[in-house]
Amino acid sequence: MTAAVQLAQNDPQPVAEANGRSKVIARDVNVYYGDKHALRNVDLDIPENAVTALIGPSGCGKTTFLRCINRMNDTIPTARVTGRLEIDGRDVHDPEIDVVQLRARVGMVFQKPNPFPKSIFENVAYGPRIHGLARNKSDMEEIVIGSLRRAGLYEEVKDRLGESGTALSGGQQQRLCIARAIAVSPDVILMDEPCSALDPIATAKIEELMDELRTNFTIVIVTHSMQQAARVSQRTAFFHLGILVEQGVTGEIFTAPKDQRTQDYITGRFG
Amino acid sequence: MIWAYLVLLVVLIVVGYAFGRMRAVTVSRTETLHSRPSYYGAFVAIWILTPMVLVYAVGVPFANHVTETQALTVYDPALLDKELERGAALREIEAVSAGEFIGDPSPRLIAAVETYETYRAWGSNLVFLAGLALGLIGLAMTLRFVSAGFRARNHVERFIKRVLLACACVAVLTTIGIVFSVLFETIRFFNHVSPMDFLFGLHWSPQTAIRADQVGSSGAFGIVPLVVGTLLITFIAMVIAGPIGLFAAIYMAEYATPRFRSIAKPILEILAGIPTVVLGFFAALTVAPSLREAGFTLGLDVASESALAAGVVMGMMIIPFVSSLSDDVINAVPQSMRDGSLAMGATKSETVKKVILPAALPGIVSAFMLAISAAVGETMIVVMAAGLAANLTINPLEAVTTFTVQIKTILVGDQEFDSAKTLSAFALGFVLFFFTLMLNVIALEIVKRYREQYD
Ligand SMILES: Nc1ncnc2c1ncn2[C@@H]1O[C@H](COP(=O)(O)OP(=O)(O)OP(=O)(O)O)[C@@H](O)[C@H]1O
Ligand SMILES: [Mg+2]
Repeated sequence: MTAAVQLAQNDPQPVAEANGRSKVIARDVNVYYGDKHALRNVDLDIPENAVTALIGPSGCGKTTFLRCINRMNDTIPTARVTGRLEIDGRDVHDPEIDVVQLRARVGMVFQKPNPFPKSIFENVAYGPRIHGLARNKSDMEEIVIGSLRRAGLYEEVKDRLGESGTALSGGQQQRLCIARAIAVSPDVILMDEPCSALDPIATAKIEELMDELRTNFTIVIVTHSMQQAARVSQRTAFFHLGILVEQGVTGEIFTAPKDQRTQDYITGRFG
Repeated sequence: MIWAYLVLLVVLIVVGYAFGRMRAVTVSRTETLHSRPSYYGAFVAIWILTPMVLVYAVGVPFANHVTETQALTVYDPALLDKELERGAALREIEAVSAGEFIGDPSPRLIAAVETYETYRAWGSNLVFLAGLALGLIGLAMTLRFVSAGFRARNHVERFIKRVLLACACVAVLTTIGIVFSVLFETIRFFNHVSPMDFLFGLHWSPQTAIRADQVGSSGAFGIVPLVVGTLLITFIAMVIAGPIGLFAAIYMAEYATPRFRSIAKPILEILAGIPTVVLGFFAALTVAPSLREAGFTLGLDVASESALAAGVVMGMMIIPFVSSLSDDVINAVPQSMRDGSLAMGATKSETVKKVILPAALPGIVSAFMLAISAAVGETMIVVMAAGLAANLTINPLEAVTTFTVQIKTILVGDQEFDSAKTLSAFALGFVLFFFTLMLNVIALEIVKRYREQYD
């Protein structure tokens, strides 16, 4: 983060850190739910191999933006998305794009934990199974246990991998969903408030995971915790009422926001 | 009589309610009431309603009984304990009284009619007056209870609970009553035929002697051919309705546009509303002949009445059972499950197969069970399409028969009520009842076991 802050001081419009390449580029993205205009003209660059935090008051459109990236808004009949949204330079709305493949590459952890009504093991094995990632049983076990371990859940559930995932506590379910998402090693991982139900220790574990994942993958995280955004992210984008108010290097957003609304939000004056 | 009484009841209830409420409002000016004023009104109304209903429920049958006994005593006391003649005599008396008697009534009949009319008038007047009196007493008594400390709300709640309990009891008792009446006849049947022969006999031909002197033609009452016939037809029906119904439900719930859904779903439900007699027609006149023809070109010998024809049409009949219920349970699977699966890069059909169907399984199983129950209990289609011959066969191209068809065949026409043949219908009914009961129990158990799978 210190490197990021220094970079920010040298360059008023830094593209990104690390390799500096943008993984996801949004241009003039608008989302409507029926008549409701939920996102307005969003231009946002998400750098590769970094953590980008989306912050903003409840109902401002963070989840909506996240769901544009893996086209999950397709499943909402009333939702309509316009504009360009590129991953690795290809528009996700290109008719050539195979949305199933897109989603296999862009993993998602939902705001509300949604484990399948299957065993803990089968929950994590779900992705590897449908994509044929494990050659045999021991391969699969390795993937499942490794994912559970990285999500900080393995120690708690190692004796009951056969029990239903829905019987876990809220926080455990959240980590189960994280394990499920990382089990297929997606390029991009979208996390919608992944720590909202976690205690500080489990949260630290997930933040550690994000830090580790970022060396190979691109991570976008929605969070309501300013501290978390400051701790884990390299870039931060602030949304307000469907508008992307400000984006930039995390240190800069938190120490010297350009917009009054950002200032108000991070100092806790509203939201 | 009943109308006058109803009007009286309504009037008294309205008056009682109004008085009770008014009284409560008056009290509330000076003191704090325990309950809202309308509860005091309702409390008074309850104490008018209950006694008046009871008076009617007890008084009218009693008055009728006295009237009939008195009239018959005048007519011919010897009739009093002969069930059939008694009924006939009463019908004559009523006919004269209503002026619909054909011919000249005898003097004794006229005297009986006079007694009848007098007692009847007295009876209804007495019931009316007793109801009025008790209603007024209820009103007067309960009005005195209206005071600040009186917990009218609790009384009203308790009354509501009792009414609901009474309704539940009626439902349960009716069921028990039906079961027992069938059970008694079944036991009587087993005086004629041993349960072993009944349950394991391979031959079904329920012909027994019609006259006492006609010996030798006692029937065979083995139900195995009926069990096999019933299961065969049900199996054919489920082979058709199971996949089609389930897949239609999946299409409706997961793939169809809202527009298609809003059109197709009602149409499918119309199918459920077609009277089974009509479907039976269709089976006998369209499906059976074309099956026969198709069989002929393939060199198969298809009977003109076949298990296949009945099974196919019955399958059509129960498709809506499967599809409509399955559609509901599939829709009840939370969207977040679909999202979770799709976001993993699963295709739609993978999502359906691996997440939605397992989650909806208990509901789908009970949909299937319900469909099987409907198939097992269905009569008309089988009567018309599968025939009456109790062949013990699993060849779907031959004629077979089922429980319901045999029950219907046995009970149609004039029968002596004590013969083994007639009683066997009840035994069949009992076995059928037991079978569907078991299906329901299994379905409930499955649903219970898996109910809390997702939330
Ligand atoms: N399926 C939907 N149908 C209609 N409107 C929706 C739908 N989903 C979201 N919205 C609306 O779009 C706006 C943005 O919602 P979104 O879920 O993106 O907010 P959010 O920033 O994620 O909020 P939170 O922090 O509370 O999760 C809200 O006003 C919401 O009411
Ligand atoms: Mg959200």
